[in-house]
Amino acid sequence: MGLATFWFILTAVLWAGFFVLEGFDLGVGLLHNLVGRDEAGRRTAINTIGPLWDGNEVWLIVAAAAMFAAFPGWYATMFSAYYLVMVLILVGLILRGVSFEFRGKVDSPRWRLVWDTTLALGSLLVPFFVGVALGGLLHGVPIGQDEEFTGGFGDLFSGYAVFTGLTLLLLCLLHGACFLALRTTGEVRARARRLGRIVAPITALAVLAFLPWTHSVAGKGALPGIVQLLALLAVLAAYWLVTTRHEGWAFTATCFTIATCMLSLFADLYPHVMVSSTNPAYSLTVDGTASGSYALKVMTVVAVVLLPVVLAYQGWTYHVFRRRVSPEQFAPAAQPAAE
Amino acid sequence: MSQLDLARLQFAMTSIYHFLFVPVTIGLGFLTALLQTAWHRTRLPEHLRLTRFFGTLLVINIAVGVVTGLVQEFQFGMDWSAYSRTVGDVFGAPLAMEGLAAFFLESTFLGLWLFGWDRLPERVHLATIWAVAVGGALSAAFIMAANSWMQHPVGYTVDAETGRPRLTDVWKLFTNPVFLRGYLHVLLASVVTGAVVMLAVSAWQLRKGRSPIAFHASARLSLVVLVPALLLAMLVGSELGVTEGKYQPMKIAGAEAQWTTCQPCSFSLFQIGGGNNDQTPTKIIAVPHLLSLLATNHWNGQVLGLNEVQSQYQAQYGPGDYVPDVFVQYWSMRVMAYLAVVVLLVALWGLWLLWRKRLTAARAFQRVAVWVVVLPFLMNTAGWLLTENGRQPWIVQGIQLTRNGVSPSITTTTVAISIVVFFLLYAALAVIEVFLMLRYARRELEPAPAEGTRTPSLTY
Repeated sequence: MGLATFWFILTAVLWAGFFVLEGFDLGVGLLHNLVGRDEAGRRTAINTIGPLWDGNEVWLIVAAAAMFAAFPGWYATMFSAYYLVMVLILVGLILRGVSFEFRGKVDSPRWRLVWDTTLALGSLLVPFFVGVALGGLLHGVPIGQDEEFTGGFGDLFSGYAVFTGLTLLLLCLLHGACFLALRTTGEVRARARRLGRIVAPITALAVLAFLPWTHSVAGKGALPGIVQLLALLAVLAAYWLVTTRHEGWAFTATCFTIATCMLSLFADLYPHVMVSSTNPAYSLTVDGTASGSYALKVMTVVAVVLLPVVLAYQGWTYHVFRRRVSPEQFAPAAQPAAE
Repeated sequence: MSQLDLARLQFAMTSIYHFLFVPVTIGLGFLTALLQTAWHRTRLPEHLRLTRFFGTLLVINIAVGVVTGLVQEFQFGMDWSAYSRTVGDVFGAPLAMEGLAAFFLESTFLGLWLFGWDRLPERVHLATIWAVAVGGALSAAFIMAANSWMQHPVGYTVDAETGRPRLTDVWKLFTNPVFLRGYLHVLLASVVTGAVVMLAVSAWQLRKGRSPIAFHASARLSLVVLVPALLLAMLVGSELGVTEGKYQPMKIAGAEAQWTTCQPCSFSLFQIGGGNNDQTPTKIIAVPHLLSLLATNHWNGQVLGLNEVQSQYQAQYGPGDYVPDVFVQYWSMRVMAYLAVVVLLVALWGLWLLWRKRLTAARAFQRVAVWVVVLPFLMNTAGWLLTENGRQPWIVQGIQLTRNGVSPSITTTTVAISIVVFFLLYAALAVIEVFLMLRYARRELEPAPAEGTRTPSLTY
């Protein structure tokens, strides 16, 4: 296996890592208004991810930076082709990022309503449009012989790409519901469970359609490969575990579902990184867009040394904040820490 | 405006806006870590209260800094795909390292610091704020290494087949003389910015007579940090000027609007005219030898004129206009330098009052110190204009022209849409950020938690 392939795998892992970790943050952002009927409930939901979301979001930044460094051709073509989609993703990320910090800073229901709305909106924009972009890589967009995008905004929204966005959005919803059920108490937990049971069958159906569609878009027939089979089992397990209220295992299963769905997309993409719908010969490939071997070597050393360290301290963070968050902490009477 | 103009406008807007927040994050992060360390050593409740007070200001800032940094990263691929395709091999590496080595650290430990007050042992909790501060400073190091490569490319060869630079020696990126001085300068400028913010807030609070013991302590800390940091920043800045003068003679000649080669060269305090690269501005109060000293470190050093460098570059790179916008260059240099002197004078005034033990009662100083807060932001912006405008028309000095770096597949309308979207979003964020910063800077200091109880977390 060449270093370019190694970096392709690493890029896939970084994207999968982003959706596994930030996926539940996005889900919580989408659901916090539904599981929390009052201010205490909403704060409970938000504070389950409070200490974690910022570190999780860095996975996206590193995924994009890894593409830039290891596959400049891929990064250049994709980000310019998806220009307006990227604008929407960035708007979503900006709205989300400031909502967390701003919403508790002024004690007014209208002020919080604004930031609750932007948090939900941002959490909707990000997974959907990232999904559209990733799905489009496999489905193909118009790319000319010079590796440049030749289409318009409408060309980015093929049926498969849009469905990838929807599937990711649903996965984030289910993932977030499972996380909330696992990390909260009382009413919030009960509502998260109920929402999980509503979302689970829809998500399972979406994933069941997504996997063979991915395979057939890639021209590999509808029969699932090993990664698809694992994804299939994972989503069915998640569905069953959510309905039988095994919170910890349900969350594990949604982690596994998201990871395998992302990996199946990238596995079917290989050895391409971006398919051209104009002419298959114009598709961008792993080897064709990769950086030089020296640059890849340097970054491999850096990644192999640092990624375990990052995983260790992020894992430790999860351990530190393993306790459930309960609405009583944020009830108006006991609010010593409220900023 | 053409697509190129709009893409440049977008880059300028994004960078300037992002870099309003970065220095505060780095500077205030470092100062907050110092305050918390002071609390650990002294156990004075004031130090704990100050840590939490300035920590809240820090976090409001980081939120906006982080989200605007995302735009910065994506923009390379969106607006400058030809540039990314050409130089990603070299330029992408420090960016990826920034994420892996620094940004993960800063973001993860920020969560631990904010929410870990009542969960982590005190020493571990103190370590988390230092990790945030170190992460921020490290982030800047990788970004500066990438930017310095655009100013003075090193450690690469041009691939014969593709004509693109290939990284050959990563160590050279981090020993690039432009990087070493540029990074130190940015780091010191950030400490200056953080210290001025802390000084301004403390001065305002002292003027209102609130928690005088605590805010006297933070005013003292900011002054003690500010004066040496500013002096060093000036010193390193002038060294950086010499280094840049060596590798980017246009940049330095432009900073004095020096069209003809001179030796020795004088430095003018003002000019009248000089817009649109008019070669005959009226220069006022020329200080003899000063430009020679700034640009070459020699009393009688020779500084190449813009016209001379222009003909050299034409011989080397072919016909074209290699002169940057000299008017912008001339004035951004002066705005940065003059404002630095103003800040220094105010800081020395404050230091003198501190020494005479009159800081708490010095009404006039307190009033002035509040307003000084805008100056570091203007200085930082001017500094970047000087650096980036001075690189034009190159996107990477000597390797790629800016006009050859834009995305070929993007229409003017597309860029215009995104500029409008981001401008509106940034404007709204700026209003909210200023509103929140003012609101939190003017709050009464929270009481320290009672002895024996755990300090509550700063939750959302």
